[in-house]
Amino acid sequence: MNAPAYNFAYLDEQTKRMIRRAILKAIAIPGYQVPFASREMPMPYGWGTGGVQVTAAILGPQDVLKVIDQGSDDTTNAISIRKFFAKTAGVATTTATDEATVIQTRHRIPETALNENQVLVYQVPIPEPLRFLEPRETETRRMHALAEYGLMHVKLYEDIARFGHIATAYAYPVKVNARYVMDPSPTPKFDNPKMDNCPALQLFGAGREKRIYAIPPYTQVVSLDFEDHPFEPYRFNAPCALCGAENSYLDEIVTDDKGGRMFVCSDTDYCEGRQAAGHHGSLSAAPYREKAQEASNG
Amino acid sequence: MTTIAELPPGFADKVLSAQSTFRSVMDAMARPGSVQRIVPMAGAPGPMMRGTAAIALTLFDHDTPLWLDARMAESADVTKWLKFHTGAPVVQDSSIASFALVSNGGALPSFESFALGTSEYPDRSTTVIIQVESLNSGRSFELRGPGIDGVAALQASIKPFDLFERLHMNEALFPRGIDVVLVADDAVVAIPRTTRIVSKGS
Repeated sequence: MNAPAYNFAYLDEQTKRMIRRAILKAIAIPGYQVPFASREMPMPYGWGTGGVQVTAAILGPQDVLKVIDQGSDDTTNAISIRKFFAKTAGVATTTATDEATVIQTRHRIPETALNENQVLVYQVPIPEPLRFLEPRETETRRMHALAEYGLMHVKLYEDIARFGHIATAYAYPVKVNARYVMDPSPTPKFDNPKMDNCPALQLFGAGREKRIYAIPPYTQVVSLDFEDHPFEPYRFNAPCALCGAENSYLDEIVTDDKGGRMFVCSDTDYCEGRQAAGHHGSLSAAPYREKAQEASNG
Repeated sequence: MTTIAELPPGFADKVLSAQSTFRSVMDAMARPGSVQRIVPMAGAPGPMMRGTAAIALTLFDHDTPLWLDARMAESADVTKWLKFHTGAPVVQDSSIASFALVSNGGALPSFESFALGTSEYPDRSTTVIIQVESLNSGRSFELRGPGIDGVAALQASIKPFDLFERLHMNEALFPRGIDVVLVADDAVVAIPRTTRIVSKGS
């Protein structure tokens, strides 16, 4: 019973060929959603079945895999997918962004800049950016064919009319290579600028919706906006309470029922790396405080 | 008559060889103009190069209608090998082919005869795999477009000589278009439909 019960990386070879062909077309037509015959995976829809299938189709024994869920390497989704591939493909895994060759992500782009030898695989729930504006697939497909994206600008305009600014904070629509409007998956809009001219290949998999799309390396990715209301990335106006970072994306953590809260880096690897390098924030764990005290006492 | 025992072999390790070949092709497609190497080797029948054979084993199956140019189609070794190892149906009508295999670039038909995709489904197009003489010497070309950091340089000795001029049609057609994969022995270069090419002479 110790013999591997599954093919390498779980999927059968015919499925991998089908996904691989879809990936090649996706790269050739940046931002266009290629339909593919998504399989049932041993996890429910919404837990990254699209990303898992893309990862399974590209992964090789030499790869080092990192999986993050909202920036964290330590949440259930990230751990279970990492273990899934450690078990079915025997690949090395890591939590360090710069050591990974394949990074599967749910809803974040790592803070550490990506390089040319990396592939970033996004888990996508709803790949169609126009879906909530136009429910019919036949219509949204025609809108993409004609590059008819006025409706999306109307939506952003209505944000401004109602709130005085573009209130869309995540899944903020982008235009890829000046042609296709694309959903960047529900990443915070803070991450949008990282997609532009990125040295790494970016692949997107939507399992339930059966779509694969891609952004090749060094490709222009522009967040939609208006001349008088330019795109602005958003982050909480605070340093990380653990590592003191002033430029990372922050999670707000409620600490009690009296309004207490702290802001910490959403990217755990980035935060831990900074702490290991000696940076600390206002609520760093005791050893850092003691060290800081020792330092100030001389 | 060739028996199955006399056919050139497929991959020794189907799973990992296909994965490695795919990554080379994926990297080639993601970084147009870069020369990628195909490491795993399979037997290559008749006029088929080793790189082409590896790509065929990696991407072709019963879902991918194939169009073969005259030199490929005339070789019984090629058609038998493809049928046995991939099961891909060979079609006469190039406009319904998922892939086209071209060993004699001089006789490459007009790209209009292949599937160009539709505006709604631009992915339903033929990927044309052309075997060329060399991907490291010959005329110099400059490539620009997605996947390229500024400008990429390519030196290649290819037929048809006007291949890249003919690919200018991709500019007007986009998002429809033809993606080309060039193979020289174990070297592979991809020219997706987004790439714009300027000849710099020899």
